[in-house]
Amino acid sequence: MDDKNKNRVVITGMGIICPLGHSIAEMWDGILNCRSGMAETTIFDAATYPTKFCSEVKNYDLTKYTKNPELHSKGNRHSKFAIGAANEACRQAKIDVETDSPADGINRRRMGIYLGAGEGPVDSNIFFNSIVQGWDEATNTMDWAKWHAYSAGNMQANFELEQEPNMPAAHVSVYTGARGPVRSCLTACAASTQAIGEAFKILQNGQADVMIAGGAHSMIHPLGIMGFNRLTALSTRNDRPTTASRPFTESRDGFVIGEGAAIVILETLESAKKRGVQILAEVIGYGSTSDAFRVTDMHEEARGAVSAIEAALKDANLTNKDIDYVSTHGTSTSENDSIETLALKTVFKEETKNTPVSSIKSMMGHLIGAAGAAELISCVLAIRDGVLPPTINYNDPDPELDLDYVPNKPRKADVNIAMKESFGFGGQNNVVIIKRYED
Amino acid sequence: MTVCITGLGAATCLGLSYKDLWAGLCSGKSGISRIGGFDPTSFKCQIAGQIPEFSIRDYVPKSIRKTTKLMSRDIEIAIIAANEAFKDADLKTKAFDEQNVTINPKRSAIILGANSISCDLLEIAPSIVKGVVDGKFNIHKWGTDSIETVTPLWLLKYLPNMLACHIGIIHDLQGPSNTITCAESAGLLAIGEAFQIIARGDAELALAGGGESKVNPIVHMRQSLLKRANDDCNDNPTEACRPFDQNANGCIFGEAAGCIVMEDSGRAKSRNAKVYATVAGFGESCSINANYQALEPDGKGVQYAIESALENAKIKPEQIDLVIPHGTAVVSDDIAEAAGIRNALGGWGEKVPVFPTKSMVSNTGSGAGAVDVVAACCAIKDGVIPAAKNCTAVHKDCKLNIVKEQIKKKINYVLCTTYTYGGQTAAIVVKSE
Repeated sequence: MDDKNKNRVVITGMGIICPLGHSIAEMWDGILNCRSGMAETTIFDAATYPTKFCSEVKNYDLTKYTKNPELHSKGNRHSKFAIGAANEACRQAKIDVETDSPADGINRRRMGIYLGAGEGPVDSNIFFNSIVQGWDEATNTMDWAKWHAYSAGNMQANFELEQEPNMPAAHVSVYTGARGPVRSCLTACAASTQAIGEAFKILQNGQADVMIAGGAHSMIHPLGIMGFNRLTALSTRNDRPTTASRPFTESRDGFVIGEGAAIVILETLESAKKRGVQILAEVIGYGSTSDAFRVTDMHEEARGAVSAIEAALKDANLTNKDIDYVSTHGTSTSENDSIETLALKTVFKEETKNTPVSSIKSMMGHLIGAAGAAELISCVLAIRDGVLPPTINYNDPDPELDLDYVPNKPRKADVNIAMKESFGFGGQNNVVIIKRYED
Repeated sequence: MTVCITGLGAATCLGLSYKDLWAGLCSGKSGISRIGGFDPTSFKCQIAGQIPEFSIRDYVPKSIRKTTKLMSRDIEIAIIAANEAFKDADLKTKAFDEQNVTINPKRSAIILGANSISCDLLEIAPSIVKGVVDGKFNIHKWGTDSIETVTPLWLLKYLPNMLACHIGIIHDLQGPSNTITCAESAGLLAIGEAFQIIARGDAELALAGGGESKVNPIVHMRQSLLKRANDDCNDNPTEACRPFDQNANGCIFGEAAGCIVMEDSGRAKSRNAKVYATVAGFGESCSINANYQALEPDGKGVQYAIESALENAKIKPEQIDLVIPHGTAVVSDDIAEAAGIRNALGGWGEKVPVFPTKSMVSNTGSGAGAVDVVAACCAIKDGVIPAAKNCTAVHKDCKLNIVKEQIKKKINYVLCTTYTYGGQTAAIVVKSE
């Protein structure tokens, strides 16, 4: 399709349930006041884990967001977060939810969903004890009859179904009535940026008028934290959780895991104008590449990250001079922060010093599949309010990493164009560029 | 832009090649058998579609063989199907000939359907049983004594995106990489997304499809609890899965991967590639049902997806020569899917030949839709519609023309559909060149 035939795509609603709060306003207030969402883990008893803290969503009440809580109450943690985030985003975009006769001017067959969503946590107590009950010490193997007896007696059908990664999208479709393209992807930490990017392309090419896009994920459970601890990916700064996520510093020692859901309403400009809804920003570019290097490491020269940023710039018809702010992946792991910095320097060259970048993971933690969407929302707010979100806990700069990381406090700046980048374990790289909306 | 299918690959219970798959489907052979990977005696459903034995080392270049220890079953079977698809397309990737690569890595995408990969209980059990106090699992003891006994890279075996990551590394695919996790619709949605990525110019070639192994205790337990698994035929595995039959009584689960190479037509023509079919149209929608595990009874989501695919393909229902449906043999879902197909195709819905594959290859989750597209390409190439298996009398509420006897004819358009618990539906129309 020629550029002139492509639809312009705008953002008309945003919603979030995250460790910094249960609304966009609360999240933004947290970021502008440099608050950290990190504290001792309470979702499960992590007292003897290498990492005993994380960034949790606290006091979440699903019933505030739905007339029919029974339809979603059996959902896993992040499916429920997705309902809260969808509620706020749909309200802002004037999309009617939980009704068979919506009056919002959107044909439900032209409204879709694209989430980067995680698998549900297993029912840990039953999972672990089924193995304990099934294990035969005499033979050092599993007695499947015993495992079966325990599991059949304890597992619940609904809870089992809700562990499937497509269920957050299922809940959002029941909640909103969306009948257009409905997809869910899981490219690790890059998932929701990829979901938003693909949803943007679906709209640009006319396959839908409205897309509910974003992410939902919680891996704060005994197997998830164990897995990341074994990879030595998590910070173990157990004595000072609120200072643990310190992207781009010399003393960074891993990421802090968070959880949540973040949703944006993407809409063709034509649909937004027809419906008379407020336009928050325009999506203008998307780049998606793969390192194809190693499952364990990023490419040393940031090959994939560089090509994703370049692809997004090209898609948006921009050069490296045009970006006013980069919302980094910025995990606070040794590898990511070094290679991401290298990628930015490779692309931005002499413009690097004029391009502020930051990581709100320093405050919110790493929402894994939902991270990119939450961070993209902060880009929209940066454009709206003319403020760059800071990288907090930036007290001992890594001498090798010399970008402008917007250290420790928010900064006033005129932001017209912002770029969000996300990199997933295994080498998926996704970049989305947004712009202040002008008619 | 036209998107061509130029290579096929499959690993199914009918064999380690798409040729085995197609030969099996054409001869009415069922690959379903008693479960061998664990003792299924106490399970309600004791049979599955299992892929014959293989050694993954045969499919991975020497230089990266040590990464095979990071490969769960789902990853392994997808690698096999991907390998075959590239070979069948007569393309040289880094895996086959590093000096004479005939793809452009930066313009090559990989889009796969995958699911949460069930963890290997036997692998993790020794660590878990170290965390026991007084006969019960104790999380403090597990944290103190056992976590460090789990293999360090454990998590990487079970991330769904690792199918695409490993294959991307093996064949050096540096374009877009995505992993669609929409359960039983994932494979077909992935093919649809790859089609759109090539059509919009963001890649010139894609390896697309899906893979999943459902042959493990957790999935079998889960599906039995959801009452989706057949339990009346443990002694007669080949007759257990009976899609659209009056005696249908549930799914049989299994494992499979299906992969196709897709190329933009300019690229395919310039290298004189054999073209199995082109993608004429793709459509997707969603079944909305508060009972999340089942299709809505009127099959609306399936109907909408098919209508979108036909509209995208700019064809009329009567032009469809063959439908390969999802057809799980869960009775209420079969009835709903049949309604969706009939409502989308109008009067042609009761007449068009319908060929379900799961009676022979079982329900392979994220692999299912991709395997069906491979079958559709074979049907077009050979001009053959195989006879359905295990459907002696069509269920009175299904009213579909389930193929009784093999048909030989020129096939122009094949429609494949999938749906899943959770609602996502997809439909694709592939066309003979």
